[in-house]
Amino acid sequence: MIKKILCHLLPILLAGILSSCANVAPWERGNLAKTHMSLNPLPMQANLRQHNYGSREASATAGAFGGGGGCGCF
Amino acid sequence: MSCKHAINFLLCFFFSTTVLAVKEGQKLPVCSLNKLENGELIQLEKYKGNVIYLDFWASWCPPCAKSVPFLNELHANYSTKGLKIIGVNLDEDLDDAKGFLSRFPAKFDQLLDQTKQCAEEFNVAAMPSSYIIDHDGVVRYIHLGFRSSETDKILDNIQQALKLAGQQL
Repeated sequence: MIKKILCHLLPILLAGILSSCANVAPWERGNLAKTHMSLNPLPMQANLRQHNYGSREASATAGAFGGGGGCGCF
Repeated sequence: MSCKHAINFLLCFFFSTTVLAVKEGQKLPVCSLNKLENGELIQLEKYKGNVIYLDFWASWCPPCAKSVPFLNELHANYSTKGLKIIGVNLDEDLDDAKGFLSRFPAKFDQLLDQTKQCAEEFNVAAMPSSYIIDHDGVVRYIHLGFRSSETDKILDNIQQALKLAGQQL
């Protein structure tokens, strides 16, 4: 009996769950295409920050541009 | 109805749009568009008999802007040989489309798909998406996106479709 009820409920539940995972059609991506929606909206500012912090850490990190040790040299 | 059948039915339902999508070798779907200038309703079938290059684009899409000079060149070289280039705009705001066309003037026809019915019928999967349709109304080639390195392939397919229509190139 429970199995029968589950069988009838399953499609309804699935329909409810799957419909919430709607695809965004390619022509609806205008807002997503805007610069400020990107993961790195200001690449120049991000690079400048990385440059500043990277050079002042005690040792060179993966993202550091120049040598570490706080010398500030590049 | 068993659980298995219920799940199969649901899966078919959710993927049905993909199954119904236009593929190469299939006939042109029935679709209505509006003229950009005056909103006049046009059936795509009206262009049957020509080789059609149908290009779905939007103003926010950088490759669409890159494709305009190439399409203008195609229009200049092949419009007298039976090629009809049709741009189909999919912007939500008409002013965006007009702004784009003032920055990147297109010399070929521009239509609007306000209801997005055409885009759904063609299952537009990328921006821009281009469809080369032969004189019999059969979709011969589908091209997603636009890269200048791929223009030769597009040109090849256009020439093939024109030859098929009996045009001397």
